[in-house]
Parts: sequence; structure tokens; C-alpha cells
Amino acid sequence: MKKVTNPIRTARVQKAADENYRVKTLEMDCDLPQALPGQFLMVWVPGAGEKPMSIGNSNPLTISVAKVGKVSGELHALKAGGMVSFRGPFGKPFNIPERAKRILVIGGGYGVVPMYFLAKVARENGIAPLAVIGARTAKDIVWEKQLFTVCKEVFVTTDDGTRGKKGNVLAEAQWLIEGKKIDAVYACGPERMMEAVAQLCVAHKIPCEVSVERYMKCGVGVCGSCAIDGKLCCVDGPVFSAEEALSFAEFGKSRRDASGRKC
Amino acid sequence: MASLQCLFFKKRIKNPILLASGVLGMTKGSLEAACENGCGGVIAKSLTLEPRKGHDGPNIVETECGLLNAMGYPNPGIEAGLAEFGNWKREEALIISIVGKDAGEFGQLAGKAEDAKKTLGASAIEAAISCPHTPGYGTMAGQGTPESIRDITRAIKDHCSLPLIIKLSPSIPGEGKAAKAAEDAGADAINMGNSLGPGMKIDLARRKPVLGFGVGGLTGPAIKPIIVRAVHDIYRSVKIPIIGTGGVTSGEDAIEMMMAGANWVSAGSAAYYRGPEAFGEIANEMKAWMEANGVKGVKDIVGAAHEKSD
Repeated sequence: MKKVTNPIRTARVQKAADENYRVKTLEMDCDLPQALPGQFLMVWVPGAGEKPMSIGNSNPLTISVAKVGKVSGELHALKAGGMVSFRGPFGKPFNIPERAKRILVIGGGYGVVPMYFLAKVARENGIAPLAVIGARTAKDIVWEKQLFTVCKEVFVTTDDGTRGKKGNVLAEAQWLIEGKKIDAVYACGPERMMEAVAQLCVAHKIPCEVSVERYMKCGVGVCGSCAIDGKLCCVDGPVFSAEEALSFAEFGKSRRDASGRKC
Repeated sequence: MASLQCLFFKKRIKNPILLASGVLGMTKGSLEAACENGCGGVIAKSLTLEPRKGHDGPNIVETECGLLNAMGYPNPGIEAGLAEFGNWKREEALIISIVGKDAGEFGQLAGKAEDAKKTLGASAIEAAISCPHTPGYGTMAGQGTPESIRDITRAIKDHCSLPLIIKLSPSIPGEGKAAKAAEDAGADAINMGNSLGPGMKIDLARRKPVLGFGVGGLTGPAIKPIIVRAVHDIYRSVKIPIIGTGGVTSGEDAIEMMMAGANWVSAGSAAYYRGPEAFGEIANEMKAWMEANGVKGVKDIVGAAHEKSD
């Protein structure tokens, strides 16, 4: 009998922890060994819908959910023992260049979550990760503690100066790129931030990848909802090289809603 | 050397493989990418009068024999859609797809396409009356009867001078009669068909239907024999050309569909099974088969499975 390539799996929540007033981390009772940093899951909540979510860790499988709508609202209500159904992992992962010794991961807001997974895997492979994480204000900083466990150094910035340095991640990133020998840079967060990081890295000739988000429906390269220029975030991305992302007319400029309208 | 070149109405295209509507074609960039990946023509996402978000997810679920989908016609609306897809200048054919609740709406949509015709660059307009999973449209609105097909076809022909393709469902009885009704009312081609169904997939752990809409249309390898049979029926009922749509994922599938009577084939789920390069790979496989079998052009295989009456 022909097997289904991308079956729906259901795991149980092993630990549910509030990160802050709007982000909750769900640790499952299973591993997802085939998952690579940068990939995502399509998480299904019966009756509510299905949304793409980045993977925060593969052992145990962990996601971190910001409360923004129906699906995330239902996930927030889950306690230990609750069911989480998902398909995946999907999408292209981050690539670490061979012989890289030190990488810089940059996370804005809850874009920090996949950055932890990447830093963790890098560390396991003998690479030293540095991290810059930023948010609007102190209470929006998430996964800082987790990052400390795998990174050599973690630099924190907030727009209002309530935690770490006042300002955005870019100044810290620039200082590190210019001052330390960084072999590759990775960013996930607001698109304008990633655009600036990509430009900075291209100017300094440092390999850089960014994780691009678009309204996603099928997750498997069929429906076309997550198109950015001629590429699909679900199968061609969500990880793109800085050069490719900057070549997109829509990167940092426009996105589309569920109906495909530009907004 | 075998050639896949063929005519799509007045336009000469590089091969008879078209991108099926609803797959990938949400943006002009994606349509262009499908052309780069080997399509001879592309059928854009179906457009309605007003923007639609589509159904809640999951919108697609894989089964052992094909994909079940219930997108629910997400689209930016006819005006934004024509602006998105228009100004088409490529050598591949662009087909604009429209869906309306009734003949009146189809007429209005066709009128909008006619207004934009000069700058649009489209080779044809397709009316989908065959979706099995969107309330108010397609088979859920009873659009598959000969009377309804006739009214919709006439309404579009009254408002738009582009060649008209009527996209029929394989889930209606008497596809041949339905196609004849479209031909008699002025349609220029038939597209047989669409996803089959509706069908349902239940997840055992959650004890619930997976699709957000509950039911959806089946596409992929499972439906190909039904589409081949329906194309075969329609070929005997009408003189206008046919697009075969359903389960084509290889060059041999495409040739089979054409032997049944299709002048062109459109593919969608193939992008899931083989990735975005599927269209070019299907074309290459067609060419290889034709060369191995001494067939020079696609004309020689269209309808080859039928007894010649002359």
C-alpha cells in the first residue's frame, strides 16, 4: 500500500510554560529527529484552523506560540497532556558553511525561537554561536534564558531601553560583524530588520540567511498563497539567502493577505 | 525530432501542458515561474466579483491515493486580479479563470475581462462551474446541469470576446451532454475537469474530519482514470477542443489524456508529487515517448484512442 508522505501526527504536551503575557511555549512528549533549524510545522487545531509555526527544538519537539488568533488562542489554552496535531517538518532549513567557527544569530520579537534551535545545533557541531535579540520592550523578550544555555554571548536590545541596550538589534549586529570574526549571520524577525541585516552582510561579504514569513495555507507548494515574487515561502523558503531575499521586489515592501491582495 | 508545439487558439505555444487553475497561480510572479518551469500556458487563480479569503485551514490533506483540498476560492477579486495578472507579454498562454454564483455574475465578470482585454494579454477566459466544495458556486450551486451550463455560457459570450473555455466537473452525470450544452451555447473549448468529490479524510487521533471545510475535492493519480473516461466521452460529443485535467503527473499520463481526446492537458497536483519542475519534466517525458514511438507532433495523438469514422 502506498504510504502518505506527509501524515498528520498528534503529540501530547509534556510541559506548557508562559514566556510572557502573549507567548507560550509547548514542549511535546516526542522528538522530531528529522526536523532541521529553520523548518516549520503546520499545526492543526480541529475547529479552529491550521497555521505554520517555526520549530524551537526537535528534542523534545517544541513550539512557541504568540497569541494572535483562533489557532494560537486554542493552543494557549492547552495544559500538560493536551493534544497538538501537526504536519511537517516543511521548508528549507538554515545552512551553516563548512569550516564555520563562529556564527551570529539575530532574533527580533518571537523570531528568537528558531534562532535558539539553530544556535543549539551549531553548538552541538562545535561552532560558537553569538546572539543578538531585540524587542520593543523588556516584557517582549522571549527565550533569552534558553539562548544563554547554548550561546557564547547574548546581547539584548529593546526599543525603549527597559532591557539591555536601548535601540534595535542592527547597531549591535554591526558592531559584532565589524569587531569579531563572524563566519555567517542568520536573522528571523520583522522584515525591515532582516532587510537591514541582509544589506549589512552583503556589504561586508558575510554569508547571511533570513527566514521570511508570508500568509501560508497548504505548506507544501501547491496553493500559491505564500508567494514572494516568483518563489514560495513554504517550499523555496522560508529560509532565503540575503542575496535572494534582497532580489525580491516584495521583500521588506509588501505582503499579501488570505485573499492574495497586496497589503 | 518530435515537436510538442501546438496552437492554443491563435497562439503558438511550446507544449500542451497548462498549469491548472488554483494551483500556484495566486500571483503573476508564480505564473511566470510556472512558465519558466516548463508550462506551455497557465490558468490563473479563479476570480470572483469580490475578494474572498477562502475556507479556514487545513486547506489540503494528503491521502494514500491523492490530495484532498478545500481552498474555497481565495482570490483578491476580479479587479485586483486582472491588475495582478494583466499586461501579459510572454510566449506562454495566459488564461483568466472566473467563477460566479449564477449566469448574471458570470456575465459581469466576463464584462470586466472584456474591459481589460487590450492590456490583459490573455489568450482565453475559463469559467469554472465545477468546484465541489464551495457553497454558492460550482456543483454546490447546481451549475452542472445542461440548462445552467447553457445560461452561463451565453452570459459570458454576450459580454466577452475572448475564446471561452467551460470547465466541467467529473462529478456530474452525463459529461458528454453537459459539454454539448456548452458547445451549443457558444463555448470555444471544454476543460474536463476538476477535483472529484467531495471527499473526506478523518484523523483517527482527533476523531475529526481534517479539512477546515469538512469536505474537499480529490485530485492526483486516483482520479485520472475517471477523467480519461470523461474526456473520451466528451470527445465523441463535441467538435470543440478539450483540456484534460486530473491526475496528470507524467508524460505518459499526458499522452493517455490526449489519446482520449484532449488537445491540451492541465496539471496541478504534479507540483506536489514532483515539485515545481514537474511541468517541464512532463513535457520532456512526452517528447521522449513520442520520439521512441515515431510520433512527430501532438496532433497525431489527440483522439488516437477513438475508432476513426472516416
